Amino acid sequence: MSGINGQAAVSARGLAKSYGSTRALDGVDLDVQPGRVLGLLGPNGAGKTTTVRILTTLLKPDAGTAVVAGHDVVAEPDAVRRSIGLSGQYAAVDENLTGFENLYLVGRLYGKKKAAARTRARELLTRFQLEEAADRPSKGYSGGMRRRLDLAGALVAEPAVVILDEPTTGLDPRGRIEMWEVIKELVADGTTVLLTTQYLEEADHLADSIVVIDKGKVIARGTADELKSQIGGERLELVVSEPAELVAAADVLGQVGVGEPAVDEHTRRADVLVDTGPKALVEALRLLDARGVVVQDVALHRPTLDDVFLSLTGHATTQAEEVSR
Amino acid sequence: MNVTKMFSDAGVVTWRNVMNVRRNPEWLLGATAFPIMFVLMFAYVFGGAIGGPGADGGEYREFLIAGIFAQTVAFNSSYTVIGFASDLQKGIIDRFRALPMSRLAVILGRTTADQVLSVVVLVVMSICGLLIGWRIRGSVVDAVLGYLMILLFAFALSWVGAYIGLISRSVEVANSAGLIWMFPLTFISSAFVPQESLPGVLGSIADWNPFTAAVNATRDLFGNSSPAGWPEPSGWPAENAALYAVLSCVVIIAIFAPLATAQYRKVASK
Ligand SMILES: Nc1ncnc2c1ncn2[C@@H]1O[C@H](COP(=O)(O)OP(=O)(O)OP(=O)(O)O)[C@@H](O)[C@H]1O
Ligand SMILES: [Mg+2]
Repeated sequence: MSGINGQAAVSARGLAKSYGSTRALDGVDLDVQPGRVLGLLGPNGAGKTTTVRILTTLLKPDAGTAVVAGHDVVAEPDAVRRSIGLSGQYAAVDENLTGFENLYLVGRLYGKKKAAARTRARELLTRFQLEEAADRPSKGYSGGMRRRLDLAGALVAEPAVVILDEPTTGLDPRGRIEMWEVIKELVADGTTVLLTTQYLEEADHLADSIVVIDKGKVIARGTADELKSQIGGERLELVVSEPAELVAAADVLGQVGVGEPAVDEHTRRADVLVDTGPKALVEALRLLDARGVVVQDVALHRPTLDDVFLSLTGHATTQAEEVSR
Repeated sequence: MNVTKMFSDAGVVTWRNVMNVRRNPEWLLGATAFPIMFVLMFAYVFGGAIGGPGADGGEYREFLIAGIFAQTVAFNSSYTVIGFASDLQKGIIDRFRALPMSRLAVILGRTTADQVLSVVVLVVMSICGLLIGWRIRGSVVDAVLGYLMILLFAFALSWVGAYIGLISRSVEVANSAGLIWMFPLTFISSAFVPQESLPGVLGSIADWNPFTAAVNATRDLFGNSSPAGWPEPSGWPAENAALYAVLSCVVIIAIFAPLATAQYRKVASK
């Protein structure tokens, strides 16, 4: 397979791409070790798809280089295409063809003989639980089925490197979990995976390492734990019954948390980042009780992409979205 | 990328495109309703006026059919246009581009599939022609050559269609862009009226219109003549209609195949 002698399966240096005055990518570096999963995490417009398109030879970078499965994406696009499987952001299945025909088509275009393409298509349909629907036009498939079919298409040639652009966006919770299982199986088989996502939780669940990008730049990288500890663990949030109690609440949160508590008088809500999890929660409740503050609601949130963003860039993802549009 | 793989890829893409049409059989209605309407309009509504006094219209109907065939397959090239535009929109082209396959094969697979459609449409239109009294008066070999002439012309136009489809920004644009040039192409010609009857510049355009040549050559190969008393077209293109038509097709393909391939490369890499 790829990545001889510990060489990265995917390696990009200084990738840049502009559309007119929009800098979609502004010097992105990333590496994926063979057999590992890299999560490329970022909000809308961050440059995830642009990165994916460059790595899969669909787009030429303005600057920078990328080597995928040992081949340069610009100099040897055909060699790259032979070694990768791509499932794009929007499932590109041919609606008028059946699930089987879609996979057969891809197999043939990878250069498989008819019989081999048929066998492989059936194999994948079974693996992705599409057996029953296999011979129906994919027009009638659900979003989750389409997504699975699209992913199956990426695996037809058993590629060493699989690149998935937001594989779970648009799926319901069950579909998402099924997709996660599929991706984990792939990795268990030794495939190198680069996937993009907007959800830290997903990157956390699937990826060995995470690269966070925003506005075309890498703003953080590391394991999920490293990222989370970078932003101080979790967020402790509570709602009090009287606006007047917010002062006391903020005071208590200041004691148990790290950094300044945020207060919203309108919703009588106060929150703070904590790095000791449930311990901080218990401590806060004890202190509030001692002061006679009535707590209506309390919650400990795991950090979301928003929290990561807030702490890394000082702006929330929703703002990032508006700016990039 | 070797040539064998290119042709094998083109074959696979052709299969895919033909399957797409087979799953939407209503296209046949769309592809033949217009030409059948044209046959009826020209044969029975305008035919009396165009065909000249005294004629029962039979001669004109026989004259008409070669023009209708050529027009039908020419309009078919709009399927190439729409096919590409919609594949682009649906991300199918991206899927192809990420595969280790020949670029030319994607376009060749489309233009070839469209010829399969042309054959089906020609069968329907031939039956329609036979019903209104059109007959092949020449030899079998000539008749086959006549059909091949039409198909070659259709093939050439579908490369133009491929280019238009790939430069169109949306399926809607492709829809009109694919059709609009069909009207001057097919009407400023010898398809429906004697080309000698067109005035001044229009006449010269008609004389040199490759469509005229394709129609005249086919008409000749079918052994169908103009209604009695019509002026015989003259000039080099008219006297060498088959040669000129074939040359035009070759030139059209030589221009539009590279253009379409270059556009294919460009369009999806945006
Ligand atoms: N073809 C294009 N023409 C012009 N601008 C583009 C084009 N493609 C992307 N962009 C811009 O480049 C930036 C990065 O886009 P990209 O699609 O890579 O983001 P993304 O991270 O994939 O976002 P999303 O989560 O919405 O899919 C955005 O600002 C986008 O508007
Ligand atoms: Mg995207």
